[in-house]
Amino acid sequence: MPQVTADRLRLLRTTVCDLMGLYASRQGVLLPSLSAAEEIFGFVSPEAIEEVSSVTGVPTAEIRGVATFYAMYKTKPMGRHIIQLCTNVSCMIEGAYDLVAYLEEKYGLTPGGTTSDGRFSLIIMECIGACGTAPAMILDTDSYDNLTKDRLDTVLENYK
Amino acid sequence: MFEKIILKNIDDPHTASITGYMAVGGYKALEQAVGELTPRDIIDEIKSSGLRGRGGAGFPTGMKWQFASLDPKFPKYLVCNADEGEPGTFKDRPILEHNPHLLIEGMIISAYALQSTRGYIYLRGEYPHAKKVLERAIEEALAKGYLGNDILSKHFRFNITVHSGAGAYICGEETALLDSLEGRRGQPRLKPPFPVNSGLWGKPTIVNNVETFANIPYIVSHGAKAYSSIGVKDCPGPKLFSVSGRVNKPGVYELPMGISLREIIYNHCGGIKDGGALKGVIPGGISTPIIAPENIDCPMDYVHLPKYGSMLGSGAVIVFDDSVCIVKVYERAMKFFEHESCGKCTPCREGTAWMRAILERIERGDASERDLETLHDVAENVAGKTFCPLGDGAAGVLLAAMKIFREEFEYHIKNKRCKAQ
Repeated sequence: MPQVTADRLRLLRTTVCDLMGLYASRQGVLLPSLSAAEEIFGFVSPEAIEEVSSVTGVPTAEIRGVATFYAMYKTKPMGRHIIQLCTNVSCMIEGAYDLVAYLEEKYGLTPGGTTSDGRFSLIIMECIGACGTAPAMILDTDSYDNLTKDRLDTVLENYK
Repeated sequence: MFEKIILKNIDDPHTASITGYMAVGGYKALEQAVGELTPRDIIDEIKSSGLRGRGGAGFPTGMKWQFASLDPKFPKYLVCNADEGEPGTFKDRPILEHNPHLLIEGMIISAYALQSTRGYIYLRGEYPHAKKVLERAIEEALAKGYLGNDILSKHFRFNITVHSGAGAYICGEETALLDSLEGRRGQPRLKPPFPVNSGLWGKPTIVNNVETFANIPYIVSHGAKAYSSIGVKDCPGPKLFSVSGRVNKPGVYELPMGISLREIIYNHCGGIKDGGALKGVIPGGISTPIIAPENIDCPMDYVHLPKYGSMLGSGAVIVFDDSVCIVKVYERAMKFFEHESCGKCTPCREGTAWMRAILERIERGDASERDLETLHDVAENVAGKTFCPLGDGAAGVLLAAMKIFREEFEYHIKNKRCKAQ
């Protein structure tokens, strides 16, 4: 998990300032700013929210309200790799819940949790647009589909 | 033989780059539009084509554009809704990831017609690869002079920003999408005023789906008549159908509007997987009511499906065979609706949670016959009483499923297990 340093906070400030020209209001930059905070710190940290607030003038309470409304922003530290597994209807009928059970059984990984070695976190997704190749997941920013237990093992091997 | 318009070059790996796209005639329609046509000409052509928005509502595109063009306020914003978050829907993904310039060209022509100088692509956060592809394509279009401050040296200015959503289904609803673009929680706005008059930052704003924009270059280059010769009366053109579930060949198919569900499932998708029997079909994404097997000859378009008690929605077909438990399907679907309710109105916020809790009891084998009555009652009291279509859709699809598969719900309660397993 990247530390909160003055350099990283400066990088976030610069990024938010660069985004300003793309939107007609200062508040308009909030979503891309929160994404940038995640990239820099691994999650939307309280320090990042303070920094975005100081640049945009939007109160921290409002920013927290926005950050927690959207399912994809991480508001707490996560594992090194994030598994976002879909269990919605198309994935469900092709066996997604068997994969959820397998992740718990083999890796001790429960929905919303992180493995004890900090390697993986698991998030259950509400559709990732891969219904035709279900069941599917996003691992960090990579997409994997037609998953089976074996394929899941093979894929996870590549993320240390 | 039906000639594809949108997915014509989708398997060509070069089409994602501007050189590959131009090699197959890309950006010719833009050159023609800016060089030979007035904005009014283009709006008239789109109106004549009969194109209806492909995001789900099916509103006539040309009419929407005309409303915005007649509004004297400036600037005018152009927004591409690329937030396809409806479970079952992945029809826009091939365009976004493999043919981004088709979308960009469609947006630039639309911007010229509307005299818009600023566009946004609101992209679902679950498509990180598409973001990279789109940003690269925008850079390429800028370098070629198709975007920027003096497009094709015609004093026409237009720029596009890719804006990533962050996992909120409600942001597919156009006014919630606009709130999200303004940096707020995505909650729907009261209409009127409609976005065409008061949208992004209170200015006239056109919100169109990816697939809608992808039709524009063809209509400009081939004319409204050629376009409206495809499909059916009142719903012309091709339609992208994303098919998933228990079929042999799931995927995205471009087919004429009005094609039947039967043809999609059996002629194009290779029939039911593992020799199972067809049990039901969701025709347009999870918020559209399920269709019973005896009705699969229904034409897939905005006009005919309502006569069969359903809707075309986004064209996301989910097929169930007899191995699938309908109670389980709607329990999972209701979890989704509860999770995605934005919380703005009570019937949706509380009703989806209540319906999910009862469905869980039925699925778990802990429900009584009275629970079924309560479930029906709650659904009827949510349907038609919510601020936006999310809660209404959640209740409507459950009521349809309870009507068609009533016996299965009752079996579940009586036998404390599923009939399908």
